[in-house]
Amino acid sequence: MGRNTTPKQDWMLLIGFSVVLLAAPFLLTPVGAGYPDLLQKFAIFGIFALGFNILFGLTGYLSFGHAAFLGVGSYAAVWTFKLFSMNPILALIVATVIGGLFSVIIGFVSLRRSGIYFSILTLALAQMSYNMAYSVATPITNGETGLQLAQSDPRILDVAFGRDYGAVLPSSDLFGIHMNGYPGFYFCAVIFIACFFLSMRIFRSPFGMMLRAVKSNQNRMSYTGLNVRPYTLAAFVISGMYAGLAGGLMAVTDPLAGAERMQWTASGEVVLMTILGGAGTLLGPVIGAGVIKYFENIFSAFNEGVLTQLFDFLPAFLQHAMVSVSSLFVGEGWHLTLGALFMVIVIFLPGGLMEGFNRIRSLVARLLRRDTEEPEKPDPIERVPEPAE
Amino acid sequence: MSKFTISRRGLLKSTAIAGVGIAAPTILTSRAWGYTNEPTGGTVTFGFNVPQTGAYADEGADELRAYQLAVEHINGEGDGGMLNTFSSKALRGNGVNGKKVVFVTGDTQTKSDAARASAKRMIEKDGAVMITGGSSSGVAIAVQGLCQDAGVIFMAGLTHSNDTTGKDKRANGFRHFFNTEMSGAALGPVLEKEFGKDRVAYHLTADYTWGWSQEGSIKKYSEQLGWQTQAAVRTPLGAGDFSQYITPVLNSGADVLVLNHYGRDMVNSLTQAVQFGLRDKQVNGKDFAIVVPLYSRLMAQGAGENVKGIYGSTNWHWSLQDEGSKAFVSSFGKKYGFPPSQAAHTTYCQALLYADAAQRAGTFRPSGVGAAMEGFKFDGLGNGPTEYRADDHQCFKDVLVVKGKENPTSKFDVLEVVEITPRAQVEYPASLLGGELGPYNDGA
Amino acid sequence: MDDILLQILNGLDKGGAYALIALGLTIIFGTLGVVNFAHGALFMLGAFCAVAVKSLLGFEKVVLDPTKLTAWGTPVEIRTPYIEAWFGDFGTQMLNFSVPVSIIIAIPVMLLVGIIMERGLIRHFYKRPHAEQILVTFGLAIVLQEIVKSQFGANPIPQPAPEIAKGMVDFGAMIGLQAGGVVYPAWRLIYFLFSLLVIGAVFSFLQFTTFGMVVRAGMADRETVGLLGIDIDRRFTIVFGIAAVVAGLAGVMYTPILSPDYHMGMDFLVLSFVVVVVGGMGSLPGAVVAGFLLGIVQSFASMNEVKAIIPGIDQIIIYLIAVVILLVRPRGLMGRKGVMEQ
Repeated sequence: MGRNTTPKQDWMLLIGFSVVLLAAPFLLTPVGAGYPDLLQKFAIFGIFALGFNILFGLTGYLSFGHAAFLGVGSYAAVWTFKLFSMNPILALIVATVIGGLFSVIIGFVSLRRSGIYFSILTLALAQMSYNMAYSVATPITNGETGLQLAQSDPRILDVAFGRDYGAVLPSSDLFGIHMNGYPGFYFCAVIFIACFFLSMRIFRSPFGMMLRAVKSNQNRMSYTGLNVRPYTLAAFVISGMYAGLAGGLMAVTDPLAGAERMQWTASGEVVLMTILGGAGTLLGPVIGAGVIKYFENIFSAFNEGVLTQLFDFLPAFLQHAMVSVSSLFVGEGWHLTLGALFMVIVIFLPGGLMEGFNRIRSLVARLLRRDTEEPEKPDPIERVPEPAE
Repeated sequence: MSKFTISRRGLLKSTAIAGVGIAAPTILTSRAWGYTNEPTGGTVTFGFNVPQTGAYADEGADELRAYQLAVEHINGEGDGGMLNTFSSKALRGNGVNGKKVVFVTGDTQTKSDAARASAKRMIEKDGAVMITGGSSSGVAIAVQGLCQDAGVIFMAGLTHSNDTTGKDKRANGFRHFFNTEMSGAALGPVLEKEFGKDRVAYHLTADYTWGWSQEGSIKKYSEQLGWQTQAAVRTPLGAGDFSQYITPVLNSGADVLVLNHYGRDMVNSLTQAVQFGLRDKQVNGKDFAIVVPLYSRLMAQGAGENVKGIYGSTNWHWSLQDEGSKAFVSSFGKKYGFPPSQAAHTTYCQALLYADAAQRAGTFRPSGVGAAMEGFKFDGLGNGPTEYRADDHQCFKDVLVVKGKENPTSKFDVLEVVEITPRAQVEYPASLLGGELGPYNDGA
Repeated sequence: MDDILLQILNGLDKGGAYALIALGLTIIFGTLGVVNFAHGALFMLGAFCAVAVKSLLGFEKVVLDPTKLTAWGTPVEIRTPYIEAWFGDFGTQMLNFSVPVSIIIAIPVMLLVGIIMERGLIRHFYKRPHAEQILVTFGLAIVLQEIVKSQFGANPIPQPAPEIAKGMVDFGAMIGLQAGGVVYPAWRLIYFLFSLLVIGAVFSFLQFTTFGMVVRAGMADRETVGLLGIDIDRRFTIVFGIAAVVAGLAGVMYTPILSPDYHMGMDFLVLSFVVVVVGGMGSLPGAVVAGFLLGIVQSFASMNEVKAIIPGIDQIIIYLIAVVILLVRPRGLMGRKGVMEQ
């Protein structure tokens, strides 16, 4: 779990992470993911999952309502655009703060219970928010259509500073740089790196240790006379602020906020991202988020024409067979692939994708070491033994 | 050294010339010539953005079939379908503007965020010049806004809310499908003829923008007839079991139930309303009536025999006997073995109309294509003489009033056309629904 | 008064479905300690047993009539179900009763599905963290529903009740009220009675058989039962099968009320978890009580008189009740200490 990492290793990880992220437009082009929107989504959902992991990965509290904070963050950001200014910095600050405030309320109520009761409380509160946003709260959220910008918005601060967007619908811009396309991605990426750094600091801090202790045995913590509620609430609010920030970024790169962002399926998605990548690891949730977004955007786009081209090198009858078999799993069947992937990962790699990487790494290390010295025992990988038959 | 001395005036002059020289080409390329995803090779890419997962997946699959058929016909393959009956003869079966049409597909999941992500992929990665498709108004409005920002044309698929070409209309967006206002105007006279002027209506309305829009239109036109509206109850989207909303109707004294539901909600609420005996009920000495303002044949199949005798409106139906409809049904049926749905029809028309406008304009530039589409009058696409109104980019055409068939001959034969309401009767001034088109965006 | 009575009937009817689904879910929680996100998919599979039975019964003989053409130029197909061709009126009756007939088929099918699921997948996850159970069962649910979608499409498929149960019953007159005030669809009353029957059967099975006794003991203290030398694992397989059957039967009988489609399981999933938790983890009576309670409360919240006071209350009432109950009673209505709290 990287608990024994040195500061130097952490810096290396951060630098490596930043380099890979900033070079992503080039690195991901060969696999068809090198275009701004998907890269932005990678960064945004990476932030969302990072934050979720601070709560779930460290304390073990499984929230099923985190999408509510994402949605609230989006609404807050779009309202900031409409009322004050198109500057993304202000919108993000508001989104993070509102996301944090909202999570204080929900966290305060939900954290009175633990285990599945906590999960259901968060789920219920988030679903209530979603249903309200979809119907009764339409004056604030614009319901199903989603909250959009309009030319006639007041934008008090922009007007005060003499910015005029003319007859076209404005888009958010950072002092003249528009936040769509690659500039938008790099804006997200810089914030993502900052969030990653923060998350790393939290993991390594005494506060992070305390949260881990909550996970391993809450009772024992209580017996020592320590009230764990403030710690879990702090973790909950931090992750809520991450979610609010991610929601704000969604609005920055694409100024629209819809209620469906708050639905339980969206909350479930971040849970799946985190577990798929490896809960409690630093990088895992980020990778999980990337994998799920990749499937959603790339696999769903394969159609018969694309497949036929893909298997062009095969003889005609084989090509036909391959196309008809694989078309079950892509295009309209991409959900099937995702479901099967969840099962395969969790059956064979209980620690998520990160465990897979660690296994490969230790295997490589073992092979390398074998050349020079006696094989050393590989790091024991934390995993729960299979039940005996 | 004096040779190299440059006068201040000379420096200014040459800098200015150099500046213009450098600036001129960029001005020309980015402002006057370039537009988003201008096709440069021998092909032009259309983006088909349809629901492939979720409740509308079957509708989305039908839309995709229609698009593939349209692309074949535009490229000169197959039997040509409605190209043969289309009044504009600009398309000659060799693609558009000399370029072969290719397409990319994506899944909207009937969610605004997913639909926008999918459309963005088509624009940013695949180079689509036009996005089309969809099966819900929320998604249509969201994607329309995106296409306006990105500078490509959006040809809406199945979207029935007034807002798409009303409050939320955009210059780059066009809609062939009809809307709730037209449904109300078309249903009004038929309801009067069938059920009389003295009726008490009870609305069950899906609690989101389309539902409200539909409820408003039916209320408006039925109250003009002299009907009373006893109650309009909002039901949550995807309620599943509507019994708690239907039982209050039983003893309410209302004698008409209007179900402002679409898709699965419509299937469930109609099935359950019939289960509660509403279709066979007598109230105030009159036969109780159920009205489903927006019918979809695909969904009507899901409600089975419960649709028998239930009135509603639809954009198009495969049993129409005009030349265009016959050509389309024949072409689609031969290829896939069953008749097309209204979703398939409207999307096929949209693909053809876009291609035709681009051909007539001689460019794929959104403002050029849009100008060719605005005020365009055509015929032969199954709805009679039709016009793309310039003021709001909405098609105006006849509206079908249909009824669930009593004796279906096959599982596709569930609706019968009761009346074709002429276009003049459903037309309304563009200012009625508000909104601003704004200028075209050609992008960069 | 009539309206209130009608809403109570609505609530009991809805509650029957909630209770049945939650019952199976809580059995699995209580005995196996598994968070089963595939439980909604089991409900959906049950419903599709009815669809499959109907389409098998209704398997049609297709005769092409070359004299008549369809609108797209192929010969008209004349379809007659084989069963009618072979058995005449009896065949027609079989088709008419396809939903009740499906029950007979669904019991062994769902038992088998449950056993295969438990043997092949779930049992390897007994001791895994809940998060991993959620991921694997959610994945399974997606796979199951996508398979159903590829076979049956995404649209709802109508499953009419038998003719005899299609009508209305004057419930008001039966309990001595004025005739015509409280009439209710026969099939919905049947559904309510059916759910009581199944609930009763499950309870008596657990209460009055040795097998049930062992299972209950296992729910209370799994390890001790194992130490007593009882092969608890094999019994758990059957318990899972039973839970699958209960969910499946709820699905079969629900089809005339809600035309089944591949996504219906997911729609019930969240709700059934809420019901289980409100009832209290691992408590069977709790699940049943909570199911009926939430059904009735939901019905009342949808009344116009209530909605006039608090708009939109019907959208959130279930969740509101869940929050209030969990805050007032930490382990739901009848939950035990220490179950699923880590």
